[in-house]
Amino acid sequence: MTERILEHPVLGSLEAGKTVTFTFNGLEYEGREGEPIAAALLAAGVRTLRHHEESGKPRGIYCNIGHCFECRVEVDGIQGVRACLTPVRDGMAVRESGVLPSPVRDWRKNNA
Amino acid sequence: MRDLIIIGSGPAGLTAAITAAEHGLDVLVLDEYHKPGGRLLGQLYEEPGGTWWNGIEESRKLAERAGVLGLDIRLGKSVHNIEQVNSSWLVHADCETFEAKSLLLATGAAEAPVAIPGWTLPGVMSVGAAQVMTNVHRVKPGKRGVIIGVNVLSSAIAMELKIADIEVAAIALPKTNQVNGSASNPTEVMNALLHVSHMAPSLFVKMGSKLMKNDFMKKMGITFYPKNGVRMWDIPVMLRKAVIRIEGTDQVEGVTLATVTADGKVIPGTEEVIGCDFVCIAGGLYPLAELAALTGCPFYHINELGGFVPLHSQDMRTPLDGLYVAGNITGIEGAKVAMSQGKTAALSIAKDLGQDIADTSLSEAVRQISSTRTDAHIQFHPEVDAGRRKLQEYWDLHDAEKRKVMV
Repeated sequence: MTERILEHPVLGSLEAGKTVTFTFNGLEYEGREGEPIAAALLAAGVRTLRHHEESGKPRGIYCNIGHCFECRVEVDGIQGVRACLTPVRDGMAVRESGVLPSPVRDWRKNNA
Repeated sequence: MRDLIIIGSGPAGLTAAITAAEHGLDVLVLDEYHKPGGRLLGQLYEEPGGTWWNGIEESRKLAERAGVLGLDIRLGKSVHNIEQVNSSWLVHADCETFEAKSLLLATGAAEAPVAIPGWTLPGVMSVGAAQVMTNVHRVKPGKRGVIIGVNVLSSAIAMELKIADIEVAAIALPKTNQVNGSASNPTEVMNALLHVSHMAPSLFVKMGSKLMKNDFMKKMGITFYPKNGVRMWDIPVMLRKAVIRIEGTDQVEGVTLATVTADGKVIPGTEEVIGCDFVCIAGGLYPLAELAALTGCPFYHINELGGFVPLHSQDMRTPLDGLYVAGNITGIEGAKVAMSQGKTAALSIAKDLGQDIADTSLSEAVRQISSTRTDAHIQFHPEVDAGRRKLQEYWDLHDAEKRKVMV
């Protein structure tokens, strides 16, 4: 789907790097050591990093430099980690936090 | 206690850190990114004379110099609060608190969005996001993209995508709505582009930018602007087509374009869908200044500088004791201006901490900012000088008030 830019006419060849293995939603992926989770996943063809906590709609990276928090994921059990800022590590377990309960909205549907 | 904490390791922050360390100050640099360089990292453009400005290389040089000086740079640290207690600054970053006599905010800029239905779909990203993915991480944001928003930043990044062999199907305007304002008005966008015609020679040679100097010709130019755009680096720049919707179910599949009138109204029945797998939103940059707002520093909205900026002097002091600013937090300009501001800020800080800094070297540094601005290849706002003058007037007023109080 997407691909790595191995040769660049101005920036040159992509330096050989160490490959690390991590999981996203339980599936195994490979990334380049030191690159952010979001870059490793995009290179593997994964654009959807989470589903919105309330609406359940798919979301991916937006600003890619930590401002917008659109890429928040759960990393090794810690929620709200920005996939665009966090370098991928060997053995890292990344998952989306998923849709959260919205009891007030659900209650309102039948009662308000 | 440390002499100085710098928040932001971009061109302004790193240059300030290097200058401060060279003057013997004990400096700590914090940045939430995992690499030093800030927005410098993604930059790549050809300068007049044919040399390339390679932001990754420039960042590496700055980081190397910082390394030689033994600077303490902590990356991956997000600052969420700052406070002035007695005469020192407390900086709260993640679970740690750092303390210093002076604080330099060099937090840079953020990208403004434009409002388009479908913009939350995976595959839609800010144009800067595509730049970083391409040039820094070396991962293609997609196979074929559409850029929404025609401005200096989007044109520069479109070319960078092109260099990396990524297809850009079109650069088009956003549709007119309550949010998008002048960014969706073809006539106003063209006026803004004429100021940067040297950056897009092929576009304006075709349109005859010299002929476009008067308002009548500008009006004619936009009226007869080709509906399918004028090609710049082989990318169609569409000033008479706007993206009215981003299409896709689980991710981007395309955009719906429509022809618009010279003032941006959609002409019904002209809608067409073009396919793409990523979309870049380019609403321009604005100063990222929330941390300055936490201190109670006065702010002014100056359009030419990109939005709200903290009040500061030419030598990068703010009205608060021990608080300084440098780089895009002071107004949107290029990396070289940011570097000269960083150097100036460091000299002011060293002087205020009692170091022996000659008045002449400080005024020379201030002069350097102006000359760097004049020579800048990319001018984000054509009236940036006027914006700087406005801010200086606010500073002078503030200064006069302060003197009155002291008397």
